[in-house]
Amino acid sequence: MDSTPSDGPVGRHRVSYVADSVTETAKILVVGDFGVGKTTFVGTVSEIEPLRTEETMTEASVGVDDLAGLDGKTTTTVALDFGRITLGGSLVLYVFGTPGQRRYWDMWAGLAQGAVGVLVLADTRRLEGTFDVLGELEEHGLGPIAVAVNEFPDTVRHPEPDLRRAMDLLPGTPLITCDARDRTSSLAALTALTRHALTTGRPTA
Amino acid sequence: MRLPDDTGEPAAPRDDDAALRPFVLTSGRAAHGDLALDTLLRADPTGAPLTVAAAPQARALLRLCRGGTLSVAEAAAHLELPVSVVLVLADDLVASHHLRARSEPPPTAPGTDLLQRVLDGLNAL
Repeated sequence: MDSTPSDGPVGRHRVSYVADSVTETAKILVVGDFGVGKTTFVGTVSEIEPLRTEETMTEASVGVDDLAGLDGKTTTTVALDFGRITLGGSLVLYVFGTPGQRRYWDMWAGLAQGAVGVLVLADTRRLEGTFDVLGELEEHGLGPIAVAVNEFPDTVRHPEPDLRRAMDLLPGTPLITCDARDRTSSLAALTALTRHALTTGRPTA
Repeated sequence: MRLPDDTGEPAAPRDDDAALRPFVLTSGRAAHGDLALDTLLRADPTGAPLTVAAAPQARALLRLCRGGTLSVAEAAAHLELPVSVVLVLADDLVASHHLRARSEPPPTAPGTDLLQRVLDGLNAL
Protein backbone atom coordinates (compact mmCIF):
# COMPACT_ATOMS: atom_id res chain seq x y z
CA MET A 1 0.00 0.00 0.00
CA ASP A 2 1.53 3.26 -1.08
CA SER A 3 -0.31 6.24 0.25
CA THR A 4 0.20 9.56 1.89
CA PRO A 5 -1.81 10.34 4.99
CA SER A 6 -4.67 12.70 4.33
CA ASP A 7 -3.01 15.14 6.72
CA GLY A 8 -0.37 15.73 4.11
CA PRO A 9 3.20 14.68 3.62
CA VAL A 10 5.42 14.12 6.62
CA GLY A 11 9.09 14.94 6.46
CA ARG A 12 11.00 14.96 3.20
CA HIS A 13 10.08 11.52 1.98
CA ARG A 14 6.89 10.07 0.66
CA VAL A 15 5.44 7.67 3.23
CA SER A 16 5.25 4.14 1.91
CA TYR A 17 3.33 2.07 4.43
CA VAL A 18 3.94 -1.59 5.16
CA ALA A 19 1.30 -3.90 3.67
CA ASP A 20 -1.56 -4.64 6.07
CA SER A 21 -0.88 -8.37 5.81
CA VAL A 22 2.57 -8.01 7.38
CA THR A 23 2.83 -9.21 10.96
CA GLU A 24 6.46 -10.09 11.33
CA THR A 25 9.83 -8.43 10.78
CA ALA A 26 13.43 -9.48 10.44
CA LYS A 27 16.53 -7.34 10.20
CA ILE A 28 20.01 -7.52 8.79
CA LEU A 29 22.82 -5.19 9.76
CA VAL A 30 25.27 -3.92 7.15
CA VAL A 31 28.45 -2.61 8.77
CA GLY A 32 31.42 -1.01 7.10
CA ASP A 33 33.71 1.96 6.91
CA PHE A 34 32.68 5.29 5.49
CA GLY A 35 32.84 5.21 1.72
CA VAL A 36 32.61 1.44 1.45
CA GLY A 37 29.17 1.58 -0.15
CA LYS A 38 26.73 0.90 2.73
CA THR A 39 24.31 3.62 1.69
CA THR A 40 24.42 2.47 -1.91
CA PHE A 41 23.91 -1.15 -0.86
CA VAL A 42 20.91 -0.30 1.33
CA GLY A 43 19.37 1.81 -1.43
CA THR A 44 19.93 -0.91 -4.02
CA VAL A 45 18.17 -3.69 -2.11
CA SER A 46 15.38 -1.53 -0.64
CA GLU A 47 11.90 -1.49 -2.16
CA ILE A 48 11.24 1.94 -0.65
CA GLU A 49 13.25 5.09 -1.02
CA PRO A 50 16.03 4.48 1.51
CA LEU A 51 15.53 6.39 4.73
CA ARG A 52 17.93 7.93 7.17
CA THR A 53 17.37 8.41 10.83
CA GLU A 54 19.65 9.41 13.58
CA GLU A 55 20.42 7.94 16.92
CA THR A 56 22.00 9.91 19.69
CA MET A 57 24.49 7.99 21.71
CA THR A 58 26.61 8.83 24.68
CA GLU A 59 30.29 8.18 24.47
CA ALA A 60 33.21 8.82 26.72
CA SER A 61 34.85 11.91 25.42
CA VAL A 62 38.55 12.00 24.78
CA GLY A 63 40.72 15.07 24.72
CA VAL A 64 40.82 18.43 26.36
CA ASP A 65 37.65 20.02 25.03
CA ASP A 66 35.28 18.53 27.60
CA LEU A 67 32.79 20.95 29.04
CA ALA A 68 33.16 21.29 32.77
CA GLY A 69 30.83 19.19 34.89
CA LEU A 70 29.73 16.82 32.16
CA ASP A 71 31.35 13.79 33.77
CA GLY A 72 33.56 13.14 30.79
CA LYS A 73 30.81 12.15 28.40
CA THR A 74 29.39 13.70 25.32
CA THR A 75 26.49 12.91 23.02
CA THR A 76 27.06 12.25 19.38
CA THR A 77 24.69 11.58 16.55
CA VAL A 78 25.02 8.51 14.37
CA ALA A 79 23.26 8.32 11.03
CA LEU A 80 21.46 5.10 10.29
CA ASP A 81 20.53 4.37 6.67
CA PHE A 82 17.96 1.72 6.16
CA GLY A 83 15.67 0.13 3.65
CA ARG A 84 12.85 -2.39 3.53
CA ILE A 85 12.15 -5.55 1.54
CA THR A 86 8.76 -7.27 1.70
CA LEU A 87 9.28 -11.05 1.65
CA GLY A 88 6.03 -12.83 0.96
CA GLY A 89 2.73 -11.78 2.45
CA SER A 90 3.45 -11.45 6.14
CA LEU A 91 7.15 -10.69 6.52
CA VAL A 92 9.32 -7.63 5.94
CA LEU A 93 13.09 -7.49 6.16
CA TYR A 94 14.75 -4.28 7.28
CA VAL A 95 18.33 -3.65 6.23
CA PHE A 96 20.19 -1.20 8.47
CA GLY A 97 23.50 0.30 7.41
CA THR A 98 25.75 1.59 10.18
CA PRO A 99 29.27 2.95 10.27
CA GLY A 100 31.95 0.54 11.41
CA GLN A 101 34.14 2.90 13.40
CA ARG A 102 35.12 1.82 16.85
CA ARG A 103 33.17 4.59 18.55
CA TYR A 104 29.88 3.31 17.11
CA TRP A 105 30.30 -0.25 18.31
CA ASP A 106 27.99 0.07 21.27
CA MET A 107 25.24 1.16 18.97
CA TRP A 108 25.52 -1.57 16.42
CA ALA A 109 26.05 -4.22 19.05
CA GLY A 110 22.54 -3.29 20.23
CA LEU A 111 21.22 -3.33 16.69
CA ALA A 112 22.64 -6.79 16.10
CA GLN A 113 20.39 -8.17 18.85
CA GLY A 114 17.73 -10.26 17.18
CA ALA A 115 19.17 -9.76 13.72
CA VAL A 116 19.45 -12.47 11.08
CA GLY A 117 23.10 -11.54 10.97
CA VAL A 118 25.71 -8.95 10.17
CA LEU A 119 26.99 -8.31 6.67
CA VAL A 120 30.42 -6.70 6.78
CA LEU A 121 30.95 -4.66 3.65
CA ALA A 122 34.61 -4.48 2.63
CA ASP A 123 36.69 -2.55 0.15
CA THR A 124 39.80 -4.47 -0.89
CA ARG A 125 41.66 -1.19 -1.44
CA ARG A 126 41.35 -0.50 2.29
CA LEU A 127 40.96 -3.88 3.94
CA GLU A 128 42.38 -2.60 7.21
CA GLY A 129 39.03 -0.84 7.76
CA THR A 130 37.51 -4.30 8.10
CA PHE A 131 39.91 -5.75 10.66
CA ASP A 132 38.59 -3.91 13.69
CA VAL A 133 34.96 -4.56 12.80
CA LEU A 134 35.53 -8.29 12.37
CA GLY A 135 37.57 -8.46 15.54
CA GLU A 136 34.89 -6.72 17.54
CA LEU A 137 32.10 -8.90 16.13
CA GLU A 138 34.01 -12.06 17.01
CA GLU A 139 34.98 -10.84 20.44
CA HIS A 140 31.39 -10.09 21.37
CA GLY A 141 29.99 -13.19 19.71
CA LEU A 142 27.82 -11.09 17.42
CA GLY A 143 26.70 -12.66 14.26
CA PRO A 144 26.35 -14.74 12.21
CA ILE A 145 28.72 -12.81 9.97
CA ALA A 146 29.29 -12.78 6.25
CA VAL A 147 31.77 -10.56 4.43
CA ALA A 148 30.83 -8.95 1.14
CA VAL A 149 33.59 -7.36 -0.91
CA ASN A 150 32.09 -4.43 -2.75
CA GLU A 151 33.81 -4.32 -6.11
CA PHE A 152 34.48 -0.82 -7.33
CA PRO A 153 35.35 -0.23 -11.00
CA ASP A 154 39.04 0.07 -10.15
CA THR A 155 39.09 -2.79 -7.66
CA VAL A 156 41.96 -5.16 -8.21
CA ARG A 157 40.64 -8.71 -7.93
CA HIS A 158 42.36 -10.86 -5.35
CA PRO A 159 42.08 -14.63 -5.07
CA GLU A 160 39.67 -15.66 -2.33
CA PRO A 161 42.28 -17.48 -0.21
CA ASP A 162 44.38 -14.29 -0.16
CA LEU A 163 41.41 -12.22 0.98
CA ARG A 164 40.49 -14.75 3.64
CA ARG A 165 44.01 -14.78 4.94
CA ALA A 166 44.25 -10.98 4.87
CA MET A 167 41.05 -10.63 6.90
CA ASP A 168 41.79 -13.69 9.03
CA LEU A 169 38.32 -15.07 8.34
CA LEU A 170 37.10 -18.20 10.05
CA PRO A 171 36.77 -21.08 7.57
CA GLY A 172 32.98 -21.07 7.84
CA THR A 173 32.48 -17.35 7.32
CA PRO A 174 31.01 -16.72 3.87
CA LEU A 175 33.00 -14.37 1.64
CA ILE A 176 31.01 -12.93 -1.24
CA THR A 177 31.83 -10.47 -3.98
CA CYS A 178 29.13 -7.99 -4.84
CA ASP A 179 28.46 -4.77 -6.67
CA ALA A 180 26.50 -2.56 -4.28
CA ARG A 181 24.90 -0.81 -7.27
CA ASP A 182 23.49 -4.06 -8.60
CA ARG A 183 20.35 -5.44 -6.97
CA THR A 184 20.80 -9.09 -7.91
CA SER A 185 24.35 -9.29 -6.60
CA SER A 186 23.51 -7.32 -3.44
CA LEU A 187 20.52 -9.55 -2.71
CA ALA A 188 22.80 -12.56 -3.26
CA ALA A 189 25.00 -11.24 -0.42
CA LEU A 190 21.96 -11.08 1.88
CA THR A 191 20.98 -14.58 0.78
CA ALA A 192 24.46 -15.94 1.55
CA LEU A 193 24.33 -14.41 5.02
CA THR A 194 20.86 -15.81 5.72
CA ARG A 195 21.84 -19.27 4.49
CA HIS A 196 24.89 -19.12 6.75
CA ALA A 197 22.66 -18.12 9.69
CA LEU A 198 20.48 -21.16 9.05
CA THR A 199 23.37 -23.59 8.80
CA THR A 200 25.22 -22.34 11.88
CA GLY A 201 22.27 -23.72 13.83
CA ARG A 202 22.54 -21.11 16.52
CA PRO A 203 20.19 -21.76 19.45
CA THR A 204 17.01 -19.71 19.42
CA ALA A 205 15.87 -17.56 22.30
CA MET B 1 15.38 26.09 26.48
CA ARG B 2 15.34 24.47 29.89
CA LEU B 3 18.36 22.42 30.75
CA PRO B 4 17.79 18.97 32.15
CA ASP B 5 18.24 19.04 35.90
CA ASP B 6 19.55 16.45 38.30
CA THR B 7 18.81 13.35 36.28
CA GLY B 8 22.28 11.97 36.68
CA GLU B 9 22.56 11.86 32.90
CA PRO B 10 25.15 13.68 30.85
CA ALA B 11 23.95 16.97 29.48
CA ALA B 12 24.18 17.86 25.83
CA PRO B 13 26.82 20.22 24.53
CA ARG B 14 25.64 23.79 25.14
CA ASP B 15 25.75 24.81 21.55
CA ASP B 16 23.74 21.88 20.30
CA ASP B 17 19.99 22.23 20.62
CA ALA B 18 19.41 19.15 18.52
CA ALA B 19 21.12 16.99 21.10
CA LEU B 20 19.23 18.61 23.95
CA ARG B 21 15.83 18.31 22.32
CA PRO B 22 15.34 14.55 22.70
CA PHE B 23 16.24 14.84 26.32
CA VAL B 24 13.56 17.43 27.03
CA LEU B 25 10.94 15.67 24.95
CA THR B 26 11.29 12.47 26.87
CA SER B 27 12.04 14.04 30.25
CA GLY B 28 15.25 12.07 30.26
CA ARG B 29 13.46 8.72 30.18
CA ALA B 30 14.55 5.76 28.15
CA ALA B 31 12.17 3.33 26.49
CA HIS B 32 11.20 0.18 28.39
CA GLY B 33 12.68 -2.11 25.79
CA ASP B 34 9.45 -3.71 24.58
CA LEU B 35 9.78 -1.89 21.28
CA ALA B 36 12.63 -2.08 18.81
CA LEU B 37 13.66 -0.35 15.61
CA ASP B 38 11.80 -2.86 13.51
CA THR B 39 8.65 -3.08 15.65
CA LEU B 40 5.62 -2.31 13.49
CA LEU B 41 3.30 0.42 14.73
CA ARG B 42 -0.29 1.12 13.76
CA ALA B 43 -2.85 3.50 15.24
CA ASP B 44 -5.46 1.79 17.41
CA PRO B 45 -8.77 2.64 15.70
CA THR B 46 -10.53 2.54 19.07
CA GLY B 47 -8.06 4.96 20.66
CA ALA B 48 -9.45 8.04 22.39
CA PRO B 49 -8.29 11.50 21.27
CA LEU B 50 -4.99 12.59 22.76
CA THR B 51 -5.15 14.92 25.73
CA VAL B 52 -4.27 18.56 25.28
CA ALA B 53 -1.08 17.92 27.21
CA ALA B 54 0.28 15.57 24.54
CA ALA B 55 3.48 16.72 22.87
CA PRO B 56 3.27 17.81 19.23
CA GLN B 57 5.70 15.00 18.40
CA ALA B 58 3.34 12.44 19.94
CA ARG B 59 0.50 13.87 17.85
CA ALA B 60 2.62 13.72 14.73
CA LEU B 61 3.54 10.08 15.43
CA LEU B 62 -0.08 9.11 15.96
CA ARG B 63 -1.17 10.98 12.83
CA LEU B 64 1.52 9.20 10.80
CA CYS B 65 0.45 5.80 12.15
CA ARG B 66 -3.21 6.45 11.32
CA GLY B 67 -2.27 6.22 7.66
CA GLY B 68 -1.01 2.64 7.91
CA THR B 69 1.64 0.40 9.40
CA LEU B 70 5.23 1.57 9.80
CA SER B 71 8.26 0.42 11.79
CA VAL B 72 9.66 2.55 14.61
CA ALA B 73 12.68 3.32 12.40
CA GLU B 74 10.53 4.48 9.49
CA ALA B 75 8.38 6.63 11.77
CA ALA B 76 11.54 8.24 13.20
CA ALA B 77 12.89 8.98 9.73
CA HIS B 78 9.63 10.50 8.49
CA LEU B 79 9.17 12.58 11.63
CA GLU B 80 12.86 13.56 11.62
CA LEU B 81 13.21 12.55 15.25
CA PRO B 82 15.93 10.41 16.84
CA VAL B 83 14.99 6.76 17.23
CA SER B 84 15.41 6.98 20.99
CA VAL B 85 12.71 9.66 21.16
CA VAL B 86 10.26 7.76 18.98
CA LEU B 87 10.78 4.65 21.13
CA VAL B 88 9.70 6.59 24.23
CA LEU B 89 6.78 8.33 22.49
CA ALA B 90 5.60 5.02 21.02
CA ASP B 91 5.95 3.30 24.39
CA ASP B 92 3.60 5.87 25.92
CA LEU B 93 1.12 5.74 23.04
CA VAL B 94 0.98 1.94 23.19
CA ALA B 95 0.42 2.09 26.96
CA SER B 96 -2.42 4.58 26.45
CA HIS B 97 -3.96 2.38 23.72
CA HIS B 98 -3.47 4.95 20.99
CA LEU B 99 -0.98 2.79 19.13
CA ARG B 100 -0.69 -0.94 18.65
CA ALA B 101 2.63 -2.68 18.28
CA ARG B 102 1.97 -5.12 15.49
CA SER B 103 5.02 -7.30 15.72
CA GLU B 104 6.39 -9.16 18.70
CA PRO B 105 9.36 -7.87 20.69
CA PRO B 106 12.46 -9.26 19.03
CA PRO B 107 13.89 -12.43 20.49
CA THR B 108 17.61 -12.63 21.18
CA ALA B 109 18.04 -14.53 17.95
CA PRO B 110 15.56 -15.32 15.17
CA GLY B 111 14.35 -18.92 15.03
CA THR B 112 15.02 -21.39 12.25
CA ASP B 113 11.49 -20.96 10.92
CA LEU B 114 11.91 -17.20 10.51
CA LEU B 115 15.37 -17.59 8.95
CA GLN B 116 13.99 -20.10 6.46
CA ARG B 117 11.21 -17.72 5.47
CA VAL B 118 13.71 -14.87 5.03
CA LEU B 119 15.82 -17.14 2.81
CA ASP B 120 12.83 -18.32 0.79
CA GLY B 121 11.62 -14.75 0.44
CA LEU B 122 15.00 -13.49 -0.77
CA ASN B 123 15.28 -16.38 -3.23
CA ALA B 124 11.81 -15.58 -4.59
CA LEU B 125 12.66 -11.94 -5.39
